[in-house]
Amino acid sequence: MAGSPLVHARGLVKEFGRLVAVDGIDFDVQRGEAFGFLGPNGAGKTSTMRMVGCISPPTAGTLRVLDLDPVADGARIRAKLGVVPQQDTLDSELTVRENILIYGRYFGLARADLREKAAQLLDFVQLSERADDPVEPLSGGMKRRLTIARSLVNDPQVLLLDEPTTGLDPQARHLVWDRLFRLKQQGASLILTTHYMDEAEQLCDRLVVMDNGKIVAEGSPLELIRRYSTREVVELRFADRPPEPAELRVDGLVDRIESLPDRILIYTEDGDHVATALHERGLETSSVLVRRSTLEDVFLHLTGRSLVD
Amino acid sequence: MELAARSYEFWLVRYRRVWRGSVATSVVNPVFYLAALGIGLGTLVNHSASRPGHVSYVDFVAPGLLAAAAMQTAAGEASFPILAAIKWTRQYQAMLATPLGIRDIFLGHQLFIVTRVLISSAIYLAVIAAFGTIHSPLGVLALPACVLLGAAFGTAIAAYTTGVAHEGNEFNALFRFGIVPMFLFSGTFFPVSRLPVPLDWIALATPLWHGVALCRDLTLGRGTLLADLGHAGYLTVWTLVGGALAYRFYRRRLVK
Repeated sequence: MAGSPLVHARGLVKEFGRLVAVDGIDFDVQRGEAFGFLGPNGAGKTSTMRMVGCISPPTAGTLRVLDLDPVADGARIRAKLGVVPQQDTLDSELTVRENILIYGRYFGLARADLREKAAQLLDFVQLSERADDPVEPLSGGMKRRLTIARSLVNDPQVLLLDEPTTGLDPQARHLVWDRLFRLKQQGASLILTTHYMDEAEQLCDRLVVMDNGKIVAEGSPLELIRRYSTREVVELRFADRPPEPAELRVDGLVDRIESLPDRILIYTEDGDHVATALHERGLETSSVLVRRSTLEDVFLHLTGRSLVD
Repeated sequence: MELAARSYEFWLVRYRRVWRGSVATSVVNPVFYLAALGIGLGTLVNHSASRPGHVSYVDFVAPGLLAAAAMQTAAGEASFPILAAIKWTRQYQAMLATPLGIRDIFLGHQLFIVTRVLISSAIYLAVIAAFGTIHSPLGVLALPACVLLGAAFGTAIAAYTTGVAHEGNEFNALFRFGIVPMFLFSGTFFPVSRLPVPLDWIALATPLWHGVALCRDLTLGRGTLLADLGHAGYLTVWTLVGGALAYRFYRRRLVK
């Protein structure tokens, strides 16, 4: 038996006055999967996440979380969720350990159990040595790891992560990804929002692409790339005025051409062939890069815009 | 209530880090005020033909200062800390992601505010007792009176904070035109009957005046039951109306 989905949404809408943040979306999140909302800032990802987290009532539509109604049973649902908000809500005057202890108390957990739990969680996020330091001087990456540890204090059935690595430097991001990947391997269910396609590719089993409050595509990262892009991409940069896209069509091998302000992308099944052919034609470029398609290309194809402004 | 106790616990844990300084202030403040006003200024006032309340000035001013301090503690705790929990430290947001709801967050914080008032008022009461200004066993009841006054201000100012304050500069107006004038003119230092009409009527409508009158009756042991029940009832109404308003504004502010 597959069991009921962790989250079930049909025609879900969130409006703030005249602004429609989420415009009638349908999705299901299954137990044990890592599910992502990929989209640029303002796509409606955070609003969706706040509705799933039962802190923001939907304007319209159906939403079930853990088989319960978020409006009527918000507290019961939240007792089983772990939430990592986009903006940290740690108390900077308390110590690292105290932040976990007090958060555990919000869930009604016993102090004696929490001591042990906090030690385990701090070990998991590699913050044991900072346990009794105040939160204030911690780096952004450490704070995010602490927030993740804190969100696990109630052994949640599902973890909600809103932009888990936004604002972190590359090394800190990899540390966070590493911990989230470990959780995934242990069978945790994750729901995350991101505007980083590499984050979505690394962490998500399945994702939806959001734009302007709507879901524009759904699938695994690989499926989406296969469906909406070609295997390879040739990125051309030009020192002078770029040529007309039509001049770049080579031997019927080019599927699609996107002109961006700083570069031209040629979508093709055989990038090397196209690059060589263009070179032989004497095309003057400042750089040529052949790479595999990513979710960024999927997003570009679906919306005509890039993910990160 | 069990859920409200969890958010109350957060504020207690936080207070544990600063309680020494806060208790020291609670001892030093009343000593200074009583020495300067009760004894210093009192030596002049006591020679006057129209001594307020026909008691020595230190006996008159001590319960006034006690009540005014309760007001100030509550006002301090219900202004910046609430706004900070909404938008700077965002502790309310942290709580909202857990089983705690708006009501638990609101009640837990109010409970902490009256706890702070209870602690500082108990110290204040001990200090004014040491100055020999308590003339009735009923003086002990000045402590619950201060807590009630603290609840009236805690809820009303929480309503102001959640309903009006966005950047924090709104508190300048609150303190400049609300708290400070009340401190000076609501019977703390001199009877409101010395104020010209209609200022005396305004003073009589302030919750602080009722708190001062109640505390003064109790420490001097000379009030009438009816009048004191009236004062307590008035402060209860403020607490309930302020609480209902504050709760509405909490919802409006935090549920989006």
